[in-house]
Amino acid sequence: MTVAQEFFRKPQAILGSAMLALVLIIAVFAPLLAPYDPYERLRVQPDDLFAPPDAEHFLGRDDAGKDVWSQLIYGARVSLLVGFAASLVSMGIGTAVGLISGYYGGTVGNLLMRLVDFLMVVPDLPLMLVVIAVWGRGLLNIILVIGLLGWTYTARIVRSQTLSIKERQFILRSKSIGASNARIILRHVLPQVMPLIVAQTVLDISASILAESSLSFLGLGDPNLISWGSMLNFALDRGAVSRQAWWFLLPPGFAILWVTLALILVGNSLEQIVNPRIKSHHLFDARRMVSLIIPLPPAPQSLKESQDNS
Amino acid sequence: MTPILDVQNLSIDYQSNGHPLHAVEDINFQVQKGRSLALVGESGCGKTTTMLSLLRLLPAEGRIIGGRILYRGTDLLRLSEREMRDYRWKKLAIVFQGAMNALNPVQRVSDQIAEAIMREPQITRKQALTRVGELIEIVGIPANRAQQYPHQFSGGMRQRAMIAMALACEPDVLIADEPTTALDVMIQAQILSLLQKLQRDLGLAVILVTHDLGVVAEVCDDVLVMYGGKVAEAGDVETIFNKPLHPYTQRLLQAFPDINRPGSTLASIAGHPPPLDDLPTGCRFEPRCHLSSEICKRIPPLALEHDAGHYVACHHVEQ
Amino acid sequence: MATEQKPILEVRNLQKYYPIGRGLLGRFSGSPEQVVRAVDGVSFKLQQGEILGLVGESGSGKSTTALSVLGLIPHTDGDVLFDNEAVTESATGKKRRELRRKMQMIFQDPYETLNPRQTIYQIVVEPLEVHSITRDKVEKHKRVIEALAQAGLKPPENYLQRYPDELSGGQRQRVAIAAALILKPELLVADEPVSMLDVSIRAEILNLLRQLRDEQQISILYITHDLATAGYFTDRIAVMYLGRIVEIGATKDILQNPQHPYTKALISVIPVPNPRLRRERVLLQGEIPNPINIPSGCRFHPRCPIAIDECRKIDPRLMPTNSAHQTACIRVK
Repeated sequence: MTVAQEFFRKPQAILGSAMLALVLIIAVFAPLLAPYDPYERLRVQPDDLFAPPDAEHFLGRDDAGKDVWSQLIYGARVSLLVGFAASLVSMGIGTAVGLISGYYGGTVGNLLMRLVDFLMVVPDLPLMLVVIAVWGRGLLNIILVIGLLGWTYTARIVRSQTLSIKERQFILRSKSIGASNARIILRHVLPQVMPLIVAQTVLDISASILAESSLSFLGLGDPNLISWGSMLNFALDRGAVSRQAWWFLLPPGFAILWVTLALILVGNSLEQIVNPRIKSHHLFDARRMVSLIIPLPPAPQSLKESQDNS
Repeated sequence: MTPILDVQNLSIDYQSNGHPLHAVEDINFQVQKGRSLALVGESGCGKTTTMLSLLRLLPAEGRIIGGRILYRGTDLLRLSEREMRDYRWKKLAIVFQGAMNALNPVQRVSDQIAEAIMREPQITRKQALTRVGELIEIVGIPANRAQQYPHQFSGGMRQRAMIAMALACEPDVLIADEPTTALDVMIQAQILSLLQKLQRDLGLAVILVTHDLGVVAEVCDDVLVMYGGKVAEAGDVETIFNKPLHPYTQRLLQAFPDINRPGSTLASIAGHPPPLDDLPTGCRFEPRCHLSSEICKRIPPLALEHDAGHYVACHHVEQ
Repeated sequence: MATEQKPILEVRNLQKYYPIGRGLLGRFSGSPEQVVRAVDGVSFKLQQGEILGLVGESGSGKSTTALSVLGLIPHTDGDVLFDNEAVTESATGKKRRELRRKMQMIFQDPYETLNPRQTIYQIVVEPLEVHSITRDKVEKHKRVIEALAQAGLKPPENYLQRYPDELSGGQRQRVAIAAALILKPELLVADEPVSMLDVSIRAEILNLLRQLRDEQQISILYITHDLATAGYFTDRIAVMYLGRIVEIGATKDILQNPQHPYTKALISVIPVPNPRLRRERVLLQGEIPNPINIPSGCRFHPRCPIAIDECRKIDPRLMPTNSAHQTACIRVK
């Protein structure tokens, strides 16, 4: 079965994909779907401020009288854009670092891993705050900050995969043919690691979106763009809570939740499929066979089962 | 003499995507006490499946769909799983291929053997340890090394430990699946010598699953040649080696190098064993057989007795 | 077949040691650094068009020798001369490429030797691309087809777009051979090329290799633990034990007239497909020692059935027993 076939057999994968597709469509077709343009200057009446949902404003209006639903739709664009772009950066760096340190090892490999350790130890958010404070707010800066700080996990798993792949016989055979290291890494190691990277990327995107939301929520996002995080920021800052204007407060949070959940479902499914299972040679499958001889209860499918049995 | 193990018309299928794959069809053989039988064949011939079925250790997709496995008259296939536990390991034991890599790396070897012994509920730990001492002596592990961990043992020693575990509950039948693959030649010789000794001294019935004809000639008394899940030829070792009748057996023998005749021509059999999902309608060896004819393509030959104890499944052999 | 001329490969006193770390305590207490002496002084020559078998059990150093010969691992000491050029692992770019082109290796496990994500075409064409032999697509295609046909995969066109997991073990090994042949090498190092294949197809592969030698004068270094296939396939055999060659000579000679006690023991225990044969089996006791602790004097003496006192002190060199047959044993005249 190909990865795609296995993927679409999982209910969680189908659900996640559907949820994700919905958001993507909304984001892409935002101008067509949004009833109002949230970037447009508006002339408002006092009554319009924090107006509750009605026929014309599906999710009501915010503190400036703008339509919440439209903001939500346009906000999807920013959140998704930052999420995907930042992930691209972090996956790119992580893969490169993982491949190089795993393949070459030695001093270079060790140094890189110490760098990884260092970055992993430092708390993400405070570091991001500092960097933004220094660089200034802006879309590109956010993408870079999230990307430059989020690659460490990927680097770790790519490195560990690389370490095991480089011992495989077909790698040695390529070396014996005279292939250069660069060629071996790109043509032979990378394709083997790819599935894992793809699965990890999907999960990484959700982390990036959350990171962006957090930054925007703290007021460090791009001041000219609407994102779900900035909506939450304004909601809390400008008194949606005391006004009990739930229509302004809840939807962005819900949207973040929706996308994150979708990405996790998809990423999780992919990971289950592509996770390298130990391949034993067809002559040596004794481990499995021996476990059959001693009549152990079948391995529990879930923690719940093992608890039931004990 | 009544055989200690009598397998009759054994057939095994594997379930795959809904349709059954006929892995083993209509196998018959017997094993006598104190004698060893070789199950010979190449990859995909069904010898491992057959062997696993004797202890009812087939994986979930495997299904025994017909036949009887009579151990001292009791049909093992009619027993419940609980009843089977009294036979598995206690009456019939198995040493798996590559099993030496299946030892628990964080447990001492003597403890692992003791564990196998204590499967019998009434045995105390003290009794078990005494038995461990007996067993390691039988298999040739020096007493002062039994307390070590598997990684301190070489491949050959680990294989001896596996044999000790198999003998823990004093079985009558010992099944060894490629017991010497991946071992050095000298160690292989030691292990085979050990198996012969066990056969003699303990009166074991031994079933040796192997592709190595040299091992068969050296160690076994009777031979069952399997191909494509069926019996191609069966008989005692002298007959099979000196008067092989099945074309597969003949070619297989010619493909085996003899160190006493260096430089002689080695045969090979073009083609490959039939895939389980695309078995030929007639004789399973027909696509690769130089004697192939019309009848071979249409009708699968039965294993018929050619002369005393010598069975051949081939249309071109005079019965 | 093998002509008396400058050998295509000459190995002189090859040594490959692997140091084992002492750990912190060891370093402070001044304990000597332990080494695994995987190859401990191996010398032999390979003539053009000759098939030499390196036969040994585990720990004999045969695979390490092969990798050192190819320059895939650096050797600790000694010389490897291919076509009169020194083979070193650190030889840079151009020189190394040249050597790689002329020496190719066939590996043991047919199921691991091919990149599962490449098509057969990509696998076989890779050597051409690595060595920038030609850019022309048509030419590349032609040479791939030629190599596949030479390796016995017919019709070759059928294999181009397939993936390794669609092929049997024997076919995969042939693909590996095709990839080795496409560069028209002068030396093939085959490391247990058939031990993982079914018996009935081993002969095919060995016959193929022999045919290549006959037709193209390719020299072959055949590494194996299986003396029986070596007997079938090689012109000369070198028997290795614990990092050294203990006996070397013409194949027939070695098998029918072995001199070294280890060789004799090996031959006596190799299973022979003849149940009527009764022979005196020399079952050596114990196991091959760890290459970290190589016995003093003759390394075989602890297990040798004819060892005497001197054997503990003298480390024997290979001495000729007749013109081409040499043995390292003080008890053999």
